[in-house]
Amino acid sequence: MAGRDDARKLGLADYEYDEIVKTLGREPNYLELGMYSVMWSEHCSYKNSKPVLKRFPTSGPRVLQGPGENAGIVDIGDNLAVVMKVESHNHPSAVEPYQGAATGVGGIIRDIFTMGARPVALLDSLRFGSLDDPRVKYLFSGVVSGIADYGNCMGIPTVGGEVYFDDSYRDNPLVNAMCVGIIQHDRIVKGRAAGVGNSVMLVGSTTGRDGMHGASFASEELSEDSVAKRPSVQVGDPFMEKLLLEACLELLQNKWVVGIQDLGAAGLTSSSCETAARAGSGIELDVALVPRREENMTPYEVMISESQERMLVIVEKGHEQDVKKIFEKWDLNAVKIGTVTDDGMLRVLENGTVVAEVPARSLADGAPSVKRESRKPDYMETLDVDLSSIKIPADLNDVLIKLLSSPNIASKAWVYQQYDHTVRTDTVVPPGSDAAVLRIKGTKKGIALTTDCNGYYCYLDPYEGGKQAVAEAARNLVVAGARPLAITDCLNFGNPEKPGVYYQFEKCVDGMAEAARYLNTPVISGNVSFYNETRENAIYPTPVVGMVGLLEDVEKRCTMAFKKEGDVVVLLGENTDELGGSVYLREVMGVKGGRPPRLNLDVEKRVQDCCLKAIELGLVHSAHDVSEGGLAVALAESCIAGNTGFSGEIETELRHDAVLFGEGQSRIIMSLPEENLSLIQKIAGESNVNISVLGFVKQGNFKIEVKHKGVNIGKIDIPVEEIAGIWGNAIRWKVEN
Amino acid sequence: MKCAVIMFPGSNCDVDCYHACRDVLGQPTEYVFHKEKFSSVDFDLIVLPGGFSYGDYLRAGAIARFSPAMESVIKAAEAGKLILGICNGFQILLEAKLLPGAMKRNRDLKFHCHDVFLRVENNNTPFTGLYKKGEIIKVPIAHGEGNYFADRDTMEKLKARGGVVFTYCDRDGNVTEEANPNGSVENIAGIVSEQGNVLGMMPHPERCAEDILGNTDGRRVFESILQYVEGSVAHGR
Repeated sequence: MAGRDDARKLGLADYEYDEIVKTLGREPNYLELGMYSVMWSEHCSYKNSKPVLKRFPTSGPRVLQGPGENAGIVDIGDNLAVVMKVESHNHPSAVEPYQGAATGVGGIIRDIFTMGARPVALLDSLRFGSLDDPRVKYLFSGVVSGIADYGNCMGIPTVGGEVYFDDSYRDNPLVNAMCVGIIQHDRIVKGRAAGVGNSVMLVGSTTGRDGMHGASFASEELSEDSVAKRPSVQVGDPFMEKLLLEACLELLQNKWVVGIQDLGAAGLTSSSCETAARAGSGIELDVALVPRREENMTPYEVMISESQERMLVIVEKGHEQDVKKIFEKWDLNAVKIGTVTDDGMLRVLENGTVVAEVPARSLADGAPSVKRESRKPDYMETLDVDLSSIKIPADLNDVLIKLLSSPNIASKAWVYQQYDHTVRTDTVVPPGSDAAVLRIKGTKKGIALTTDCNGYYCYLDPYEGGKQAVAEAARNLVVAGARPLAITDCLNFGNPEKPGVYYQFEKCVDGMAEAARYLNTPVISGNVSFYNETRENAIYPTPVVGMVGLLEDVEKRCTMAFKKEGDVVVLLGENTDELGGSVYLREVMGVKGGRPPRLNLDVEKRVQDCCLKAIELGLVHSAHDVSEGGLAVALAESCIAGNTGFSGEIETELRHDAVLFGEGQSRIIMSLPEENLSLIQKIAGESNVNISVLGFVKQGNFKIEVKHKGVNIGKIDIPVEEIAGIWGNAIRWKVEN
Repeated sequence: MKCAVIMFPGSNCDVDCYHACRDVLGQPTEYVFHKEKFSSVDFDLIVLPGGFSYGDYLRAGAIARFSPAMESVIKAAEAGKLILGICNGFQILLEAKLLPGAMKRNRDLKFHCHDVFLRVENNNTPFTGLYKKGEIIKVPIAHGEGNYFADRDTMEKLKARGGVVFTYCDRDGNVTEEANPNGSVENIAGIVSEQGNVLGMMPHPERCAEDILGNTDGRRVFESILQYVEGSVAHGR
């Protein structure tokens, strides 16, 4: 039997141990305790976050599957649906960047095809420390290669994502992988172990000692000793997963498949107890039947191993040979290891002898949830910045160059050119624009995809930052011509036991929930990653929003590139004098703090609707949202993407650095033939959206003058080739030098 | 024209090549699983698609060449059928010795996915008849092991017989070091066999064969093949 000391060593609190004893009516043995320790870890149980996550809107007319399954599903019409989920693999990537990132990708792909869907796209939201740090370069390069090698081998295009660099992520990088699949409504499969007497089969790879206690490792802070946990990091085999994908999709064509679930964190333990808990059944399995890659493994090791590329399949009794036949075609294992029972127990046998017996539901859902203390952190009281003391630089060309060479704004081509983003021949807007767009063969439809979060905004004001993450994701889809449909989120925070961190978490969720409700984009799946901190330093609160949007006619897609000389360039929305949280203030002026830009959801919605209407009517040639770096950077990016110049003028009463580089929200720039201008103005007027002419697409320089009452108060005038070179190569130079 | 797309375990451009042959070109197309053999008379065109056959954990293509389907591919090549190997398919053709030379990892050891410019060096092949000689086309690459190598002797012979079909070049057609994405000897991107019926190329013509993809430069590879095959039928060859 195992006591409290053992429980503590496995990371369980005393009250959790007591709960286990109460549930079992006896002390657990060591195997049982080990299973509880992984299932009741934060990573598997969400015990710290459950009550707060209930604040998200999770339903809607298009939602076919909300949170609680392996992935969320949203209807896109014509009997088709999008399946999506994002998940973190932060801790493994911090100690073993290549395998950590690779297996993160592998895990999220399995979550998608487990639902019966064909995975069609990957996105990755990444955060690292400053690229001046040699270890950060190692982590960054390793993570990018890990993602590339896994996704590329799978033949799933990596079409989008984000990368940010900030010291708060130095020792605890964030690696959030998102996968998107397409499925027909009548092909949706769930992770349920139903039907007494049905067979439980383990398919795919063999089981070894890799990734022991990965879920627990993900649920504690990183420390100097964390490198010793490298054996907790799983090892990926994308070739095996490619075979598993094809075999599973072939298998799932059959009506006699009852349920399927991938083996992710907590391996066989989680997949067996979760499938049983969902169906209200039990499972009896014998570990001796599990195909292994190492000798002398104990039942404990078999039950909690996180060896990759494995699936648990529940099939109607009598169809075991049919399963074997399919998997043999793909040279994969398929072995019956147990049966579905009706007693609600997860019973583990070794050669017929019971070695563990616990209620499946208690393991899967029984972790006592914790309401943590939440308190506004002290640093938030000292964020105010006196803008009047900040002098506006005279050389605005220099400011623009500094912004475009910031790795947070510069082109991410060094990253996405290592990812195969054109395989499957559906990528009609490749990475580098606001959102990626994929066509859906055999239909007129397309889907647009993005991930977004400004962690610095969330640090400065968690509520506004959370709101802004959702609004910006939606805006990025809208400028591509898509109607935003749904969210999958990955909530990355520090140690939730600290009241300040918990406050950030709650407020971010509240902000996200409000925006999601307002913009009709329910949260259909997601993941929470706590304990992202080292040596007392938590990361910026980083609630990454993955969003999908629908284009009924993919031919109506839009990109950010200026297309035609002579086109008029307009701004939807209003400039503001906000500078807090901007890249300009922090990286160019060296001033940390301030309030991030305010977001008025009503204005945001109207700007988005107006932009979408203009695109759907075919009135515009380009659309691009104004985000990091402000209006000047947005215009410069449209020039660089279109390989053309711009000439314009802005009349304002505001500080001109705020007009050019401030990150005021709910703004979109569009270019259009001049003859469409009056119609756009009319539409904007009807939507009560501010519209102003900024200038014209012109060959030659990127040129913009700011005037106050007709008098020139600031000017940018710079050749486009020059800024294109700087923007295009900044990350390469940093990494390779 | 009857087309076959071979599915090796780990092939992942099989669906794209199938789509190009069947939907874009409008020709009857079948998948052939790597464990199956077929007869040389079954198909006019056999496509070896891109991907990571057997994971490419050894050399790319090194294991795929031993598969049963490859025995049939080799027989079909000997019978003069058209074989098109793209990316991993090219690597397999090299390993199977249907084409000369070998493939190394890219010079910078990184995977490269982006558009490149190619110069059509030889348009007198069944695969390039609809291009002009010296024409510059834009085609995407997506590979980590595309650094083509052949010894001096092989190169001399290859060039002498017009075996080099595509070379990497810049936008203006200059074959420069900067335009070489992977370190291939003499910027080689695609070569053809001595009999002219086996083509291997690293860039992906199937990824730029439709208007919606923003580039149709690769489509003429497939159209050239169709024209050649239909011409051969017409001429009773």
